[in-house]
Amino acid sequence: MQTKEIIKLKDITVSFDGEPVLSGLDLNISDGEFVTLLGPSGCGKTTTLRIIGGFVTPDSGSVFFDGQDIADLPPYKRQVNTIFQRYALFPHLNVEDNVAFGMRVQKKKPAEIKETVDRMLKLVNLAGFNKRKVETLSGGQQQRVAIARALANNPRVLLLDEPLAALDLKLRKDMQVELKNIQKSLGITFIYVTHDQEEALSMSDTVVVMDAGRIQQIGTPQDIYNEPENAFVADFIGESNILDGIMHEDYLVEFFGRKFKCLDAGFGPKEPVDVVIRPEDIDIVPADKGHLTGKVTAVTFKGVHFETIVDFKGFKWMIQTTDYYPVDSVIGIVLNPEDIHIMKKSEYSGMFGDYSSYSEEFDEMANPEIDLTEEAEVQE
Amino acid sequence: MIKSKAAAAPFTAWMLLFTIIPLGIVLWFAFTNADGQFTLGNLPHIWAQAATFGISIFYGAIATVICLLLAFPLAYNISRATERVQQTMVMIIMLPMWMNFLLRTYAWMSILENNGFVNQLLRLIGLVGENDYLPLINTGGAVVLGMVYNFLPFMVLPLYTVMSKIDNSVIEAAQDLGSNVFQVFGKVVIPLSIPGMLSGITMVFVPAVSTFVITKLLGGSKTLMIGDAIEQMFIGQGADYHVGATLSLVLMILILVCMAVTGMADKGEEADV
Repeated sequence: MQTKEIIKLKDITVSFDGEPVLSGLDLNISDGEFVTLLGPSGCGKTTTLRIIGGFVTPDSGSVFFDGQDIADLPPYKRQVNTIFQRYALFPHLNVEDNVAFGMRVQKKKPAEIKETVDRMLKLVNLAGFNKRKVETLSGGQQQRVAIARALANNPRVLLLDEPLAALDLKLRKDMQVELKNIQKSLGITFIYVTHDQEEALSMSDTVVVMDAGRIQQIGTPQDIYNEPENAFVADFIGESNILDGIMHEDYLVEFFGRKFKCLDAGFGPKEPVDVVIRPEDIDIVPADKGHLTGKVTAVTFKGVHFETIVDFKGFKWMIQTTDYYPVDSVIGIVLNPEDIHIMKKSEYSGMFGDYSSYSEEFDEMANPEIDLTEEAEVQE
Repeated sequence: MIKSKAAAAPFTAWMLLFTIIPLGIVLWFAFTNADGQFTLGNLPHIWAQAATFGISIFYGAIATVICLLLAFPLAYNISRATERVQQTMVMIIMLPMWMNFLLRTYAWMSILENNGFVNQLLRLIGLVGENDYLPLINTGGAVVLGMVYNFLPFMVLPLYTVMSKIDNSVIEAAQDLGSNVFQVFGKVVIPLSIPGMLSGITMVFVPAVSTFVITKLLGGSKTLMIGDAIEQMFIGQGADYHVGATLSLVLMILILVCMAVTGMADKGEEADV
């Protein structure tokens, strides 16, 4: 599909108080795409969004909108609109006046404003809420007003800064679907910032994985999940067991002292590599029939599956299985070529993918509220 | 909600002793004569002081407007600064208030005098002649300056309190939706600051209208405000408590009317938006 490029960031560098936030970032975004900037807090994703919105001026590098350099253009002259993290509705105006704000600034005709307000409120399922006070609305309704307000300006690009982070899980899922539908029906570009990998995978056309001010990988959700480029991406998107391996020749990799067939090629002879095995791809078999045998050390029931931690020669793997294997039972596993993903060694090698120290507490760190406050500090 | 009559008793007693009863006494004085008999004879004295009332409200209003114009950008900038800068700035604004009010006004006297600091400076740079001077002290301008200097913190602080609650992202949202700097202020910052403006206006206007110290020290004998007129009715040779009480009562009513008008203007603006 041949699409026009709408936004181009070239060699962007930003630092706050001497701390580098973005270093040499390049990003091209096509018109009509749903692009997600995904990464942990402090990775520079919000800063990237604010550069496009005009709220942060990069130390160096250029920003192009539709082929024109807009680095010096103030926010109010840009054809982009933003959905802010905490809605940022005008508390002194009612729903209708909030949505009409941008059009009134542009001195549109009252009849046109009225028509657009009604159309936008209908689009976000808030028809008839025109005269309601903003503070009487729930979080989800406020977010819808914020969406209607931004879209009423008819932007070419909509920027969304963790718009669903403050909503509860059920509402978040509904809003994901709704946002995706709105984007499809309007056909405009959405640039969406989130730290929630599931949200990124389920909504986006393109996912941009970021860490430490750099882009780690750009690709479709399937690419990112199935062919992670380094250990960081593999670990951040879903769960991964990451092992040290050696590529013997194309389609043949060795790890744990055993050679496995795989689907990857193009590495040097005897090149050390990172091997990624997704927990849900592993087949459990009786101990004597497996490629490898290990001992179960922990089992957690997760609803859909059991999260089973298995010790293979001192290296602990996570395996997701619908069958229950009790702690201390010895099991075998079979790895098919398509279950094995090979990555080049990177600065992240050895930092992720071992579940030896794994505990439930690590899940707490993905808590969105903690994340929000950290992000806010980064922005200051 | 916890309601306790016992806990409210000291407050009720205080209100009764120091608000209700004194007000009653003022009323009683206003409508009696020296023999303690009911009379409306004090009322004509109001007309005699009409000009003084007028000038008081005029000076008070000017001082209030100047305070508002100075305080608004100041308070806004403080509210957008970092936490540490905010604390320091608020401290600096409060600091003069801890110095005695009379002392501060005396200081202005020596600055504005005919041989004071400003005139000496003007002579030094040759803007006025060696034996000449710019008339600064004992003018209406000096009185307004004294009011602005003394009451400015009362305008800055409530404005700052309200403005510091305006989320930065609301201002960014206004820019994002196409507002330039003026539109951001006109459509978002000013409407959201109205509660602070109202309390600031009240806290500057009321003491400014009724002041007598500032007029006495900086206004000389030429500028007489209603505060001075009332003072004269209670102290000195021509003292007449009954007329003084009447004038106080009228001043109170006038201030109430001014406040009501300000409040109505605010409501009107809200309906307008």
